[in-house]
Amino acid sequence: MFAYVFKRSVQSLVAVAGLLVLVFFLSRLTGDPAYLYLPLDSTEAQRQAFNELHGFDDPLYIQFGRYLMDLLHFDFGTALSRNRPAMEVALEAFPETLKLAAIAMTLSLSLAIVVGSLAATRPGGIFDRLATTVSLAGASAPDFWVAIVAILFFSVSLGLLPTSGTGTPLHWIMPIGVLMLRPFGLLTQVVRGSMMGVLTSPYIKTAQAKGVRHSKIVFVHGLRNALLPVITVAGDLAASLVNGAVVVETIFGWPGIGKLMIDAIVRRDFALVQATVLITAIAIFVLNIVIDLVYAVLDPRIRHQTA
Amino acid sequence: MTTLSLHTSEVEKPTGYRLRRIFRLLVRDPLATLAFAFLVLVILCAIAGPFFIGDLIEKPNFRARNMAPFSLEQGFAYILGADTLGRSLLARVVVGARNTLGIAAAAVLCSLVVGGGLGLIAGYSRGTLGNLIMRATDIVMSFPSLLLALVVLFSLGPSVPNLILVLAITRIPIYLRTTRAEVLEVRERMFVNAAMALGASHARLIFRHIAPMVIPTLLTIGAIDFATVVLAESSLSFLGLGIQSPQFTWGSMVATGRGYLANAWWVSFWPGLMILLTTLSLNILSNWWRIYSDPHQRWRLELARRSRK
Amino acid sequence: MSAAPLLAVENLTVDFLSGDGSFRATDGVSFHVEEGETLVILGESGSGKSVSASAIMGLIDTPPGEIVSGRIRYRGEDIMDMPAERRRDLNGRRIAIIFQDPLSHLNPVYTVGWQLAEVFSAHGIASGEEARRRSVDILQRVGIPDPEARMDWYPHQFSGGQRQRIMIGMAIALGPEILIADEPTTALDVSVQAQILELLKKLQKEEGLAIIMITHDLEVAANMADRIVVMNGGKIVEEGAAREVFTAPKHAYTQKLMSALPDHAEASARQENHDGAPLLEVRNLTKIYQLSSGLFGKKRSLQALDDVSFVLRRGETLGIVGESGSGKSTVARLLLRLAEATSGTALYRGRNIFEMDRRELLAFRRRVQMVFQDPYSSMNPRMDIFSIISESWCIHGDILEKPRWKERVAELLELVGLRPEHAQRFPHQFSGGQRQRIAIARALACDPEVVVCDEAVSALDVSIQMQIISLLADLRDRLGLAYIFITHDLPIVRNFADRILVMKAGRVVEENTTEKLFRNPREDYTRMLIQAAPKPKWDEAGVMVV
Repeated sequence: MFAYVFKRSVQSLVAVAGLLVLVFFLSRLTGDPAYLYLPLDSTEAQRQAFNELHGFDDPLYIQFGRYLMDLLHFDFGTALSRNRPAMEVALEAFPETLKLAAIAMTLSLSLAIVVGSLAATRPGGIFDRLATTVSLAGASAPDFWVAIVAILFFSVSLGLLPTSGTGTPLHWIMPIGVLMLRPFGLLTQVVRGSMMGVLTSPYIKTAQAKGVRHSKIVFVHGLRNALLPVITVAGDLAASLVNGAVVVETIFGWPGIGKLMIDAIVRRDFALVQATVLITAIAIFVLNIVIDLVYAVLDPRIRHQTA
Repeated sequence: MTTLSLHTSEVEKPTGYRLRRIFRLLVRDPLATLAFAFLVLVILCAIAGPFFIGDLIEKPNFRARNMAPFSLEQGFAYILGADTLGRSLLARVVVGARNTLGIAAAAVLCSLVVGGGLGLIAGYSRGTLGNLIMRATDIVMSFPSLLLALVVLFSLGPSVPNLILVLAITRIPIYLRTTRAEVLEVRERMFVNAAMALGASHARLIFRHIAPMVIPTLLTIGAIDFATVVLAESSLSFLGLGIQSPQFTWGSMVATGRGYLANAWWVSFWPGLMILLTTLSLNILSNWWRIYSDPHQRWRLELARRSRK
Repeated sequence: MSAAPLLAVENLTVDFLSGDGSFRATDGVSFHVEEGETLVILGESGSGKSVSASAIMGLIDTPPGEIVSGRIRYRGEDIMDMPAERRRDLNGRRIAIIFQDPLSHLNPVYTVGWQLAEVFSAHGIASGEEARRRSVDILQRVGIPDPEARMDWYPHQFSGGQRQRIMIGMAIALGPEILIADEPTTALDVSVQAQILELLKKLQKEEGLAIIMITHDLEVAANMADRIVVMNGGKIVEEGAAREVFTAPKHAYTQKLMSALPDHAEASARQENHDGAPLLEVRNLTKIYQLSSGLFGKKRSLQALDDVSFVLRRGETLGIVGESGSGKSTVARLLLRLAEATSGTALYRGRNIFEMDRRELLAFRRRVQMVFQDPYSSMNPRMDIFSIISESWCIHGDILEKPRWKERVAELLELVGLRPEHAQRFPHQFSGGQRQRIAIARALACDPEVVVCDEAVSALDVSIQMQIISLLADLRDRLGLAYIFITHDLPIVRNFADRILVMKAGRVVEENTTEKLFRNPREDYTRMLIQAAPKPKWDEAGVMVV
């Protein structure tokens, strides 16, 4: 089993490394890195001075070497828009996003498992049709629009919830609600599909032939097998939660790493962009390892390669 | 010479019959029918809309400034309300359909062709080329698409071709992986081995035997993916990195209206609703199609309107 | 009049819904079984036999299935009308079932011990330690070695035969009165099959079980049955005591079935001398598959072939016989160069196949053709029959000019017993036997010298198998073909092959002319293969019919 996890981790590591190289070359693509770092109305002379100061006029391989060294020290330079080390700023914002994402993902997954399993036990029934429509709607909804409509309804019209910022538990409700939509929608569909497939499997017939109770068949025999593909999808989704976080944090003014990235892009603060990208990449890398471990635990065929 | 019953099973049903059967089963499901009708409407808007109603998107009408919806005072065109410049929202929504759907279609086509092609190669070749393609795919896949898009658009500058490029690149891995998985499976099937035993060349195996089995799956994924691309483009345009004015898509319309939420909520509401309804219809239909195209599941559609015991 | 039968199915009619409407799987089926007897339901695929069994256990999904009419009585009581709790209690405790494919019928994520213990706990008989102890006993009874340790193994870690034993154990754990066995040995090797059938008989004697066995295999049926019910197209066509049905069948369908039994009588004299230069000379052929590179774990490899040598002469029929894992299919793949050999040579007319360049290989592929095992997947479902048969003329441009293709396809179709108008149809419109005929026509299209038949009849129903083999024999006489006929079923090649090669675990175990092999097998393994075919129950004297 460990061979399996190790192999997959190496793959993830290669992916992260590739991304970092990509970021490096993107920044040099326009030929004039100062262009990305400095404000748009900077003069030629200013850019020239900047490039000399930061060694951007050195040969490419020297720059790449320096880039790698800086990476290892987690040094991305100063975030020009904040006047603080970029990495510091990024590390401050990261836990905020993590809190949001973790709660949203846990809630989505739990709800999806319950709703999806129940829907699968009576396909075509009323609950199933309702659950399918709701989950498809969740998966199809543009999150930025739902956020806006939610603010309109709950904050502006009803005055029940605050429009932005953090602080009280009330501040969490709308951001998590909106962030949950897409994962919940997709996961419910996957759980339902997987469960339906599992419930027609031959080993379910065996359990029925043994005289096992129906609820045990669904939730003990069936669920454990149905969860396997769900875990894979959940892993992919967790990465895309960052996508959702960007939008949600922007609209609700949540001080997380997504909002930070948008700010950095809008203000052309490239050091900060690099820092946020790296943090996110590492987080996803760790997440992938965790997902692989969970999968290996759930599926004995991986733990015990055929004798 | 032994004689044998020469009775064959059902005669091959003509295409006309199959189309009628698809339609017959489709109308049994009210939700799927609605979705289908809505999509037809949206596509018509995208193709023909601008001819009929296009000039209204620019014509400012100061008497209609920030007019609320559902009143026919200014004429039918203003039934959805107007924005701060008095432009008809209905017109803008109809025209926005063309850009939104057009960009998504272009991106899906690109990623389908490139992803499918690369997937064919990766699945068929048994050596390092296949591995290389897969590693590159892993890199692109393991990163949130929005971030990738943002970073690339930031560096290259937002413009419609760049937007399409970025959208296509982030979706290529899906087509690639699926095609590769299918090719790997089909390649081991006996009829491919049989063709090899007859002496078929690689080209013949790929184009005559393998590709036709893979293309239907590709198309199905394309349809599902279309919805995702519409959502992605909307998000990018909403964040300001997608389409730039004076052109607009539904996503950028929502962004424009964000500043007027308190007093003119309809400016953001209608375009966002269109996005929701379009992607929802696409998802409902692809869900339906998935059940139909699986012969083992098709019977569920027959049941759709029977009473439950 | 004696008491009511143990189990009686009366007028069972079951429909299934499909994408094109509904079809009737069983039509007014009635049968019964008494205490301690073995009833065999015999029929080919699609006859409705499994549906009848599933109905008894309540395993038919409704929808898409629907029980239109009929009664099932257990000890006189109608079980279809029972309250759900009581019905559930019957399953496992009074009536049990084992299935054809044990791997897919065991839950892959739970240990075997857990699944066994569940039988006890589901009926409230025992739980925890007690259940575990009784499960170990069961494993012992069905012949699993080292049961205490293997309780914690997962299904995929066992062999096919062991998995079936475990399923049998789960079925008899609570001492049921009736055991339904749905094609229990179809997926198993001949030697393992014999062991499983023996186990079933032993348990039957120990427990006083009534067995309902479902099978399409005539010899298995003859070996197990007290009474037989023959099904065809959802209806029962004949029933009676086993011996009578076998020796004096009354219904036309039953007669057709029985005629497919391979003839154990004297083999017809195929006294053809095949001298002359060999067409194919295989020397020391070895193939090792590399399973994992060993970078992150143990290096694993599989030796499929080990130093195999044989010769094939013009017009000769060589039978290669072996069980699964014997390497016989690997030989076929290598001979057609669908895979590369690890070492050794295969000379075709003196030239080593593995050293041929593209041009020579193309010419070679005209001369040596193959008929594959699975008629369902060996043809591209999207190509019509005309394209399938004429494909080799597309590839080898110089065999036949295009205007003559249509005519030649018609000729070939008639040669294999089909009609010219079939050329416009598609593979899914034909039955398995017909598809295999088309595959033979395809192989003959380029006038080959050698045809390799890789388990060409194994996937077909029994009555069709003999038809295909006689077609092959007929073609051989007409066209002077040489065959390499690969199979796991030794008796069917008795009247067909000139010489036989017996393989086991990648090696050649024995080689001889057919009659000499059957009369005087040198090796024990060969003997076992000859005798493993189940003998009829009424010949209990144990006389070997050779």
